[in-house]
Amino acid sequence: MPTTPVKAEPAVNAALTKKDFQSDQDVRWCPGCGDYAILNSVQGLFPKLGIPREKFVIVSGIGCSSRFPYYMNTYGFHSIHGRAPAIATGVKVMRPDLHVWVMTGDGDALSIGGNHLIHALRRNVGLKIVMFNNRIYGLTKGQYSPTSEVGKRTPSTPHGSVDHPFNPISLALGADATFVARSVDTYREHLTDVLEQAARHPGSAFVEIYQNCNIFNDHAFSYMTEKEIRDDNQVVLRPGKPLVFGAKMDRGIRRTAGGRGLEVVALGNGVAESDLLAHDAARDNPAFAFELSRMEPPAFPTPIGVFRSAPRESLESGIWAQVERAKAKAGAQPSLDALLTKAETWTVS
Amino acid sequence: MQPETDPRPPDAAQAVETTDRVVIRFAGDSGDGIQIIGNQYTSATAVAGNDLATLPDFPAEIRAPAGTLPGVSGFQISFSSFDIHTPGDVPDVLVAMNPAALKTNIADLPAGGMLVVNTNAFEKGNLQKAGYEKNPLEDGSLANFRLFAIPITDLTRKALAEFDLSVKEKDRCKNFFALGMMFYLYQRPLDVTLRWIEEKFKKTPVLAEANRTALRGGFAYCDAAEIFPHVFRVKPAPFQEGTYRNIMGNSALALGLTAAARQAGLPVFLGSYPITPASTILHEMSAFKEHGVITFQAEDEIAAISSAIGASFAGAIGATSTSGPGLALKGEALGLAVMVELPLVVFDVQRGGPSTGLPTKTEQADLLQALFGRNSEAPIPVLAASTPGDCFETAFEATQIALRYMTPVLVLSDGYLASGAEPWRIPKASDLPAIPVRFVTDAKGGPFLPYLRDPETLARNWAVPGTADLEHRVGGLEKEDVTGNVSYDPINHEKMVKLRAEKVARIAQDFPPTAIDGPESGPLLIVGWGSTKGAIKGALRRLREQGREVSHVHLRHLNPLPRDLGEILHRFDRVLLPEMNLGQLAFVLRGRYLVDVISYAKVQGQPFRSSEIVARVRQLMG
Repeated sequence: MPTTPVKAEPAVNAALTKKDFQSDQDVRWCPGCGDYAILNSVQGLFPKLGIPREKFVIVSGIGCSSRFPYYMNTYGFHSIHGRAPAIATGVKVMRPDLHVWVMTGDGDALSIGGNHLIHALRRNVGLKIVMFNNRIYGLTKGQYSPTSEVGKRTPSTPHGSVDHPFNPISLALGADATFVARSVDTYREHLTDVLEQAARHPGSAFVEIYQNCNIFNDHAFSYMTEKEIRDDNQVVLRPGKPLVFGAKMDRGIRRTAGGRGLEVVALGNGVAESDLLAHDAARDNPAFAFELSRMEPPAFPTPIGVFRSAPRESLESGIWAQVERAKAKAGAQPSLDALLTKAETWTVS
Repeated sequence: MQPETDPRPPDAAQAVETTDRVVIRFAGDSGDGIQIIGNQYTSATAVAGNDLATLPDFPAEIRAPAGTLPGVSGFQISFSSFDIHTPGDVPDVLVAMNPAALKTNIADLPAGGMLVVNTNAFEKGNLQKAGYEKNPLEDGSLANFRLFAIPITDLTRKALAEFDLSVKEKDRCKNFFALGMMFYLYQRPLDVTLRWIEEKFKKTPVLAEANRTALRGGFAYCDAAEIFPHVFRVKPAPFQEGTYRNIMGNSALALGLTAAARQAGLPVFLGSYPITPASTILHEMSAFKEHGVITFQAEDEIAAISSAIGASFAGAIGATSTSGPGLALKGEALGLAVMVELPLVVFDVQRGGPSTGLPTKTEQADLLQALFGRNSEAPIPVLAASTPGDCFETAFEATQIALRYMTPVLVLSDGYLASGAEPWRIPKASDLPAIPVRFVTDAKGGPFLPYLRDPETLARNWAVPGTADLEHRVGGLEKEDVTGNVSYDPINHEKMVKLRAEKVARIAQDFPPTAIDGPESGPLLIVGWGSTKGAIKGALRRLREQGREVSHVHLRHLNPLPRDLGEILHRFDRVLLPEMNLGQLAFVLRGRYLVDVISYAKVQGQPFRSSEIVARVRQLMG
């Protein structure tokens, strides 16, 4: 019956390669854009997932990042500004067997589409939402975005922005997202690993990618991504491992004496790795992940990796379980006649 | 002896008068359960075999302050032994459960009309809240009416003396006592309501029994005390053979959409955000789960339509239901649906506007929004339902068009149709047409061309995700003809704009010739659309009784318009167009056909009365 979802099929097409996922369209991002690196990672990852190509659907909204579907040889939907999570919800609910990815940006997801993002996350729709955060509006030529820092001068803020920005990871955790992660466009290996974990997560996965816009906001993340300084300015979240960072891996994150906050400490002089905070993304309570998300420069290194991975039932699973229960209760799918006559009726002869 | 299934024959002393049409209006505080007894009267009347039409009229506030004028809720039902079309212009009987209900409704009761009041509610506080300085039951101001002053609250308490319930709980049953009285007056069967009470209160059997007792009490009281000088018999109306039920417009929309999806063999997905008066479409369809219907209460109007578009992309029939303010929010997504050429059904249950306007009142002022309310050239077929039962056929046809032409389709209903009821002959599934759906499943060696079109309908190729080798991208950017690739080519753009317009225009090739009620040409043609049909038909009956030659065309298809319409309009000396807006369809017809259409506008949140149309025609024709 077409009214029941197609069950996930075992992977059959193991021979897929990166090339199978490249469409015939010319990629039209500015030369040097971080989006190229992300496209590369995704095209490299998809063949490894063991999923038939036709089972992928990529939905996007509006913005530079939202051109993504055109460059992937999968099913794709380049929709309207901010609405990709809502459109993708309709796709995923009707076809839970499909692997639905939402490609979005900081303006698309957090400004015009903020409402759809938080509701998709709280419902735990099985979408992989990948947000390219370049902290600027690129396609409309350089206005500040909901993640731009206070004081940013742009065409629409000649005196500097006075808006307090969103922290996307905190926002996603606040919306009760079951999988929340951060990576960086140029960290090919780390990014691919994070995206693969997102792909394998059964419910909503939210991945923020720091992405450099070399035209309107160049070096937005240089403070933490430049080779010489990055190890001192970022901490990689590893499951079960203490939060250690630094070029010499000689510093760490510890809970303060009163237990009310976090602090950076140097290892040695009586401070051992066992004194540091150990990462645990699986906690049901998102408060721990939220605390980590608040670590921002200059006081703290920027965490990258998986903040939270704590599955719960997805929306589509709940919906179809109710349908199956209703059908079971009715014995079988009742006839259309049964539906039309389900009322007080009388017959004229 | 209590009446169980059928009313027992009245005592010999009780004279029986036969009448062919009755209009009853129930009015009371919005907490009095007026809508419940109105609906129960409707069910019982349908089972009694009469034709009927109803008009619920309730305030937008869930509970306005008790006893006040804004808190009055009304329900009018008209029933007859012949084919009727409207809930009636003026009531024969007014049941007023409190002074506020009397005050707001008495002006509509003609001299000599029956007036039933609950005298217990006419105490100082309620009189003051209603703005009465003196008790109208005592000051002679109601002398022109046949007044039946009944202490309904006291009688209900007496009937429920044995029940272990608080006074407040007992008083809540008084609506059923009043209903029992009206059942007696027009000899309606009690069994439908008794069963309904049983089901409704199954978790609290004591309340079920109390309400049943109150209902029987009202009936028995009228019988024993001979309250009314005579009772009335309204013979069954002649109905076509078949199985019937009462139906309200929103239920019919839900059923029509679901039936069409079944006939197409597709799952249906309704994405919706609650809004008066459309919400009950979502409620109804949420209970169709065993039929594979998926409903999704979205976070807002935009997500509602967006999720439906996503569902259509995934191969389902996506649908969304809303009212005017919601339609305004959906405009951009509707444009997307036009661009990606996916099937989509959109229900707009119109209400008074602009802005929040009159949420519970009816209007037809979204027509131009439906036709044109999007950026750029974004043609969408628009259909309008004309009666509660017609909502089924209109929703069914909208789904057919959406699938056959790969297009979003807008269905206009309104608050009057949404909650008005009429007997509806239930179609058999086997009599409904199958709806063919052609998914492309094989690229046949070449690349898949999503914008290759059917030569007859111009519908594009539809391939759904999950189909191997047909991977493709759709989106809101302009498409290259045939390939669907993004294209900024100016000549291609104009070609695509014209193709999309031509596709919608071609839908008219499937319409039957326009039906004309009355002579094919003559002095006057009344053109109507949507819910004005009943009032126009009622007016035609009276005008013809007066020997006037008037014709009527009622339009379901507002875009595209029927191909023969222009020629028909030109055959009449004058064209009159009553509509519940400031002349929106008149504006369209004047522009399209250069016909001097005379607009008859009414924008009061209330449907037309037949008498108003009769008066306007007489004024026109002299």
